[in-house]
Amino acid sequence: MNIDQWLGLVTGVLFGFLLQKGRILRFDKQIGAMLLTDMTLIKFMFSAILVGMVGILLLSDFEIIKLSHKPMNVGAVLLGGALFGGGWAIMGFCPGTSQGALGEGRWHAVFPITGMVAGAALYAELYPFFKSTVLAWKDFGTIGLPEAIGVSQWIIVSLFWVGTLSLFYWFEKKKL
Amino acid sequence: MKWKTDDSGWSPYLAGALVGLMAIASVLVTTELLGKTTFIGASTTFVRAAGLLERTIFADHVVANEYYTTTKVFVDWQFMLVVGIVLGALISSIMDKSFRLESVPPTWKERFGPSIGKRAVWAFAGGVVAMVGARLADGCPSGHGLSGSMQLSVSSLVALAMFFGVGALVAHIVYGRRAS
Repeated sequence: MNIDQWLGLVTGVLFGFLLQKGRILRFDKQIGAMLLTDMTLIKFMFSAILVGMVGILLLSDFEIIKLSHKPMNVGAVLLGGALFGGGWAIMGFCPGTSQGALGEGRWHAVFPITGMVAGAALYAELYPFFKSTVLAWKDFGTIGLPEAIGVSQWIIVSLFWVGTLSLFYWFEKKKL
Repeated sequence: MKWKTDDSGWSPYLAGALVGLMAIASVLVTTELLGKTTFIGASTTFVRAAGLLERTIFADHVVANEYYTTTKVFVDWQFMLVVGIVLGALISSIMDKSFRLESVPPTWKERFGPSIGKRAVWAFAGGVVAMVGARLADGCPSGHGLSGSMQLSVSSLVALAMFFGVGALVAHIVYGRRAS
């Protein structure tokens, strides 16, 4: 294995360990978040975003790293996001958590994993069709929210923190 | 607020915040060691896995396919990250004794019964639809949800809202009614 692969493996082990410790790999936790009855997954994800956001934007401000936005292709993000959401609700796992679920013994995760590999192969066949239709509609390119709305990123980050912490407070009060 | 859950897991706030620190360390380390800032993601690996499998039977077809050509079918950093997730979850669950062999998820069983076949068919179908969507949107809850949101990418914030919005809607329709 080369350095890329070793580094990926080590990062993945750490990621899988934390996903499991946070207890979000279970089908029931994923569906619980979508049914708005168990917010463990949301608490986990947004805690990661709050912390990661500050460090990554600082590193980018000091030009140590380069941000890499994915393109805001309107049709692709809206339709793709909707298809993903629907499929996610039915299988009860996302691509990363399905692997972790397998690791903690929930072997039924092989069914969604096989489905997702088949879905990837299907997408590779459908790509020419999507390229000439959905992907060709309207692409705003790789943009960040601060440039898009003309507001300083640290104002957005502050608002994001306040909003998310209020949400967490409410979750705890309601015991979600 | 408790740091441990009743089943000896960690508070999701704590485990999540540590994932945030890990994400920061990871972009820094990949930039320094690999010469290219690399963000956490998972769904591209499914394309590479599909390409690698397909290549063993239809080698020419994979070479000729435009999507496989642009994605580049090989075992890269992210591919090993996804493999690592399996190992990390295995280690953690064995350490705190939460490892369980489970053939049907409890919530599913309550709603649709204990049939493994039924669960397999629906989970497979859900997987196909979700992955077509993830590739179209160019990311999943890792790539868009975590990495993209941390960078305040417009596409990722919109994608995340779609994932949860439509996910919540479909989940309410599918699992919302109580099992009789």
